[in-house]
Amino acid sequence: MSTATASDAVPAPEAAPALDARLRVDRAAFTLDLALTAAPGEVIALLGPNGAGKSTALRALAGLLPLTGGHLRLDGRLLEDPGQRVHTPAEERPVGVVFQDYLLFPHLSALDNVAFGPRCQGRPKRAARAEAAAWLERMGLADHASARPGGLSGGQAQRVALARALAVRPRLLLLDEPLAALDARTRLDVRAQLRRHLAEFEAVAVLVTHDPLDAMVLADRLVVIEDGREVQSGGPAEVARRPRTDYIARLVGLNLYQGTAEGHQVTLASGTVLATTEELTGPAFVAFPPSAVTLHRERPQSSARNVWEVEVTGLDLHGDQVRADLAGDLPMAADLTPATVAELGLAPGSAVWASVKAAQTHAYPA
Amino acid sequence: MSGRTTDNAPDSGPDGAPDGGPDGASGNGQGNGPGGGPGPTGVAGAAKALPRRRRRTHRVPVTLLLPALLGLAFLILPLVGLLVRAPWSGLSEQLTSTAVWDALRLSLICATAATAVSLVLGVPLAWLLARTELPGRRVIRALVTLPLVLPPVVGGVALLLVLGRRGIVGSWLDSAFGITLPFTTTGVVIAEAFVAMPFLVISVEGALRAADPRYEEAAATLGASRLTAFRRVTLPLIAPGIAAGAVLAWARALGEFGATITFAGNFPGRTQTMPLAVYLAMESDPEAAIALSLVLLVVSVAVLVGLRDRWMSTP
Repeated sequence: MSTATASDAVPAPEAAPALDARLRVDRAAFTLDLALTAAPGEVIALLGPNGAGKSTALRALAGLLPLTGGHLRLDGRLLEDPGQRVHTPAEERPVGVVFQDYLLFPHLSALDNVAFGPRCQGRPKRAARAEAAAWLERMGLADHASARPGGLSGGQAQRVALARALAVRPRLLLLDEPLAALDARTRLDVRAQLRRHLAEFEAVAVLVTHDPLDAMVLADRLVVIEDGREVQSGGPAEVARRPRTDYIARLVGLNLYQGTAEGHQVTLASGTVLATTEELTGPAFVAFPPSAVTLHRERPQSSARNVWEVEVTGLDLHGDQVRADLAGDLPMAADLTPATVAELGLAPGSAVWASVKAAQTHAYPA
Repeated sequence: MSGRTTDNAPDSGPDGAPDGGPDGASGNGQGNGPGGGPGPTGVAGAAKALPRRRRRTHRVPVTLLLPALLGLAFLILPLVGLLVRAPWSGLSEQLTSTAVWDALRLSLICATAATAVSLVLGVPLAWLLARTELPGRRVIRALVTLPLVLPPVVGGVALLLVLGRRGIVGSWLDSAFGITLPFTTTGVVIAEAFVAMPFLVISVEGALRAADPRYEEAAATLGASRLTAFRRVTLPLIAPGIAAGAVLAWARALGEFGATITFAGNFPGRTQTMPLAVYLAMESDPEAAIALSLVLLVVSVAVLVGLRDRWMSTP
C-alpha cells in the first residue's frame, strides 16, 4: 500500500480522520503537494495568495481535477489513488461544492436549484422539492423559492448555493471564496450566517480564501499554502500570532523577521540584532505589530534597545491611523497618529529614528 | 471581422486550442453570442456599427457611399422586381392550384423532417466537438463544415454514390432490406439534411462554447452524470442557440435545390419541392414561377423576423 507511507507522514489529529488526503497535482509550471487531514465537524481554511494552488486543491478534492499522486480518503473510504488506479468521479463523491460565483443554474428557480442534487440522487421529484423547500427555509429564503438566480441578491444567491451544496448531504463541503463576490456590507451578514451553518455542519468543511478575516472567523484551522505547498498550519489565533511567512505577516498586519536566536537576542541575516523578551536558541522568527513602533526626530535616550535609523518611503492613511513604510537596517511598517506625523513633519524621504520596546516583540522558533 | 475573431480567441474553449484554419467559421459564429450563424451575424454586427460612426464624422466619403448604395440596390432591386412583376390579380388562383400546394406541402414536410434529423444527429455531434477531447477533432470539424461550402450538386452526386442503388451503402440497403433511398421523398429529406445539418452543428457548437462548462461541473458535484448534466443543465442553457440553428437549418433545407434534384430527382408530389417547382415553372409558366417565388420570399422574411432578435441585437 503506497498510501500507508504517505499518510504516516501526516500527523493525524485523531486515530481515523474523516478527511485524509495527500493531494498531488503536477502541472506544466506548477506542482501542488498538500497533505490535509480533518476530524468530523472541523472547518479548514486554505489560505494563500492568488496562484498558490488553493483552487486546484479544491477541484482535486471535488473530483473535477484528477490527482497525479497521493490519495484521498473520506470517512475511511478511498475515493482516489492514482497509484491504485482508483478514481471516483465527481458525481459519485459525497462532496458538496459552493463555487466562487455560485454557478446557480440560471434556468431553474432557487427551489429547483436546491432540489437538483436530491433529484440526481434518485429522490422522487416531490420529495426532492420538499427537501429543497426545507433547506431554503433553514436559510431564511422560503420567500424566494420560486425566484430565478438572476432575481436574487448576492447574499441570497450565496445562501441558495450553500443550500444546494448541503442538500446532497455531503461528507465533505467545499467552499471556494464563498464571500468574495459580495460587497462589504453584505459580506458581514453573510459571513456571520455562514459561520452558523458551518458550525452546525457535522462533516468536514474545507474553505478556500485569500481573505484572512474570512479564514479566521470561519475556520477552526488554517492551512496556509504558497506555491502549492503548506507553509504553515494551525488555529487562527496561533497563525495570527506567530506568522511564518511574509505573506501571512502582511495579512495579519505584523512586521516579521527571521534570524538566529541566542538568549534574548535574534540576529538577522543582514546582521541587525533584535532584542526580545523570550529566551530562545536556534532559528527563530521575531514579529511585532506596526503600532509597537515609535518614531523620533533624534536618537531616543530611552530604555528601548531596539533603535534603528530609518527612512520614510511611504505614508498611507489607514482608517484613523497613518501607515508609514520605513526602509533602513530593519525595513518595517509603523502605525502613527496623524498628529505624530504632523509633529515629526514626516514626508517620504524623511530620516528618523525608530524604536521598538522588547516587550512588544514576539519571538518564536522557526 | 478578423479583428472580431481575434478578440474572441480567448473564449475559444477550455482546451486552449486556438481556433484557426477550418475552425474560423465556428470561431466567428461563437464570438457573436450563442448560436449566431456563421456569416450573417458578423454582417449584421458590422451594419449596426456603421451608423454610429457616421454620426461621429458627419461626412461620408463618396468613394464609400456610392458603392455602398450600389450594393444596396443590387441586393434589393431583384426583390422589388419580384414584387412588381408578381401577377397579383391571378395570385390567389396560382397559389390554390394543386401543383403549388403539393410542392409547398412537400417542401414544408421535408424541410421539417430534415431539421428533425439534423437536431437528433447534429446536437450530439456539436456536443462531441465542443466538450470532448476527441482525437482529430479539428479535422472532424472541418469535415462537418464541408457541406457548407461544397456545391450542393456535388453533395447530391456524393450521396448517390453512397446511398444510390449501386452505392456502397445503398446496394446493401437494397439487397438486405429492400430499401431504396434515391428518387424518393426520404431521399429529399436526406439530401436536405446533408446540406442543412452543418448550419445546426456550427450554431450549436458555438452556443456550447459560449456556455460556461463550469455549470456542468456544478451539476457533477451535485451527483449528475454527464448525460443528466447535458439534459438538465446544458440543453436548457443553449436552447436559444439550438433554436437559431434549427431555424437556419430549416431555411437552408427549404431552399435546397442542387443536392435534391441530383439525389432525389424531380417527381411532382414525391420529390418536387418548391425550388424545383419554381425552376421548372420558369420554363413553362413564368407567372406560376413568380407566385411560387413569392411564397418562398414570404417564408424567408418570416424566418428573418423570427431570428431578428438573435441576429440584429448582437452588438
